[in-house]
Amino acid sequence: MWTQHKFDNALVNPANRRKLDVIIVGTGLAGASAAATMGEAGYNVKSFFYQDSARRAHSIAAQGGINAAKNYNDDGDSTYRLFYDTVKGGDYRSRETNVYRLSEVSANIIDQCVAQGVPFAREYGGLLDNRSFGGVQVARTFYAAGQTGQQLLIGAYQAMERQVAKGTVTEYSRHEMLEVVLVDGVARGIIARDMVTGEIETHLADVVVLASGGYGNVFFLSTNAMGCNVTAAWRAHRKGAYFGNPCYTQIHPTCIPVSGDHQSKLTLMSESLRNDGRIWVPKRAEDCDKDPREIPEEDRDYYLERIYPAFGNLVPRDIASRQAKNMCDEGRGVGPLVDEVDADGNKRQMRRGVYLDFAAAIERLGEAAVKEKYGNLFDMYARITGEDPYKVPMRIYPAVHYTMGGLWVDYDLQTSIPGLYAVGEANFSDHGANRLGASSLMQCLADGYFVLPNTIRSYLAKGPFEKIDEDHPAVVEAKASVTERIEKFLSINGERSVDSFHRELGNIMWEYCGMERTDEGLRKAIGLIRDLKQEFWTNVRVLGEADTLNQSLEKAGRVADFLELGELMCIDALHRRESCGGHFRAESQTEDGEALRHDDEFAYVAAWEFGGDGAPVLHKEDLNYKFIELKQRSYK
Amino acid sequence: MSMELTLKIWRQAGPTAKGELVTYEVKDISPDMSFLEMLDVLNEQLIAQGTEPIAFDSDCREGICGMCGLMISGEAHGPERTTTCQLHMRSFRSGETITIEPWRANAFPVIRDLVVDRSAFDRIIQSGGYISVNTGAAPEAHSVPVPKEKADRAFDSAKCIGCGACVAACPNASGMLFLGAKVTHLGELPQGQPERGGRVVKMLETHDLEGFGGCTNIGECAAACPKEIPLDVISTLNADLRQAARGAL
Repeated sequence: MWTQHKFDNALVNPANRRKLDVIIVGTGLAGASAAATMGEAGYNVKSFFYQDSARRAHSIAAQGGINAAKNYNDDGDSTYRLFYDTVKGGDYRSRETNVYRLSEVSANIIDQCVAQGVPFAREYGGLLDNRSFGGVQVARTFYAAGQTGQQLLIGAYQAMERQVAKGTVTEYSRHEMLEVVLVDGVARGIIARDMVTGEIETHLADVVVLASGGYGNVFFLSTNAMGCNVTAAWRAHRKGAYFGNPCYTQIHPTCIPVSGDHQSKLTLMSESLRNDGRIWVPKRAEDCDKDPREIPEEDRDYYLERIYPAFGNLVPRDIASRQAKNMCDEGRGVGPLVDEVDADGNKRQMRRGVYLDFAAAIERLGEAAVKEKYGNLFDMYARITGEDPYKVPMRIYPAVHYTMGGLWVDYDLQTSIPGLYAVGEANFSDHGANRLGASSLMQCLADGYFVLPNTIRSYLAKGPFEKIDEDHPAVVEAKASVTERIEKFLSINGERSVDSFHRELGNIMWEYCGMERTDEGLRKAIGLIRDLKQEFWTNVRVLGEADTLNQSLEKAGRVADFLELGELMCIDALHRRESCGGHFRAESQTEDGEALRHDDEFAYVAAWEFGGDGAPVLHKEDLNYKFIELKQRSYK
Repeated sequence: MSMELTLKIWRQAGPTAKGELVTYEVKDISPDMSFLEMLDVLNEQLIAQGTEPIAFDSDCREGICGMCGLMISGEAHGPERTTTCQLHMRSFRSGETITIEPWRANAFPVIRDLVVDRSAFDRIIQSGGYISVNTGAAPEAHSVPVPKEKADRAFDSAKCIGCGACVAACPNASGMLFLGAKVTHLGELPQGQPERGGRVVKMLETHDLEGFGGCTNIGECAAACPKEIPLDVISTLNADLRQAARGAL
């Protein structure tokens, strides 16, 4: 289908390409690879990012690896198996055609990256090494120690910088997109703020691509970078782009636990650790404050190996996370007691951690081999916690990591606004209700290198579009709305800092729209968020000026959008009265506590249309499975 | 156990404004906080008092994006060999006075407070820090085996996060460790050979034009590098340069 579709898409004559302006927002794997590829093709690309350099986008923090159906190990892998694993891992809530295409192009990604000089791990024979990841039984993950995202991003960044030197790509660093410009319902540009001078700039183009990442920071604490935000996507949503499956959030099982209320972010430990580390908690609650090395084997509960003998410690992320929560809820968590508020608003103290133990792996492989594989992760853990993971088992706990939801896109990655595309984590498309490990890097690079440049052709072949100038009423209106909003933030002059609102929103989201969701809790959360939003707009304190570098002002805009998104996430979670993947509704579970889907009612993508002051409007895209039979997921 | 600290922090309103060190006191600092979380606490305190918070860069806060970077009591990224975001307060003593400044180098002008402009690094990469291969033009990945030792050295050099600590630590404000890391990363790989000679020459030219200083083998750069890029990447760079000058590359 993809081969035929590529052929069917119109071509753009090379001489015409340089007359076509393409705006790309974000320089993570999807944005940088798209910018590089579109630049190589000869389009006139403008690239926007909030960091000081394109190399810093948060894809850089991805650790474990990238999947590709190369079958270099002859262990039964194939394009079809990667497709099957991804659909199953996503709990049958992704679009079959998109996922098959993703699997098809996965092998090309590895070829491309190797040619760019990405230093993947190799065997002594000089060929590429693979490892296995959660939710699958083959080894198809390519990696560069625990820094795969960094190496892939540097590859894409360098390809993009090469185009900057050639003049096909222009970079706008420290720029934040604050509005999309629509002319007669079609995306024709963006309004961006130069974060150094504060100038509000208009940039017009023939097409706009959002590669602006995910929205996990709505939870305040997440593994996302401090600056990750939903603003670009949310501004597009407010102008008519549907938001797909906003409630699908991935809570990653292997993160370093929270250490106190000063915490600004959470740090992930790659899931690849689950290949060799064994996860356990004490069998008895009274052992929870003991030195773990003194708890004998028979008093340990290796609960994943016990409950899921076939996959053991390598069950998908959603399952591993929820079981960790269950163990801690039972009172068998480990680590320090931390204050928290339960669903009824009562304060309590809980231990929020489980052990990830490498003692057996160190005995089997030796410390040197473990160090070679995971050294940088162990160092990072030691740095953050002050404990030596070669000697004491690590403590881990789930944290918000990735958002499967995002702007709704069609097979061509176009949103419901003509001329506006979304790639990478910013779109909703390929991971269904749960993403498998090492699949986000694959999807971002598939979108940016191979999919978007081929699908966007059929849109751009209709251009160049009629020139519009900066005094077009639609442009003036968009720019004025941005300026007005900034003035509003600076004039409220209330009592509370932006961060204090963000933290409170995060607590609400984590408690009621986190690993387990209920009808009652979600209704409560919606009310709490509305109240908080109202307080934000009357009581936030943003100091400083509009025309300088002003980090409080930047944050204010992002948190204002998170407040609106948080409400939509809860509305989506409330309406989906089933459990699937990362979305676990307590009311919908099997007898042994696994997620229970309701395919008769909910086998669709929920694409929400912005409702202004009223309720958002739900559009359903039915998911029709032609090749894969819908089954209850089982990893036992 | 909580800590009290005296902080002397560089405040500068804009690129052309005159800056100065301003003294602040912080209390109730947990040793488990990261250095940047300690600054977050200070900023919340300043906002409550109606004083503009201190501008500083940070993003991933897990030591990989390279966005953060402060001179902490005269040391780039502070007393531990790590990034500023991974430095924790347990590395300091209660009662201590800590001086916090931006990177100081002609090639990295100050934008505001502790935030500097490092775009010179991007321009160095633009002048040759890549392998020229268009999307879709790549051969099958296994068609060219790479000896493990070479792949490993390429990887060790590619770990550079572009934070600029090497430049800030160098008395000459030289960017040679950054440059050497890229030249070594690409030069170790078979895919990087065709452009090897031109790459080192062009990147060095840009480096000098951007106002970085020359290398006199002091080694502060490698000592400050949070990713432990070894000094010998500069030897590799010099060797490549000699070969390129002779026309041997």
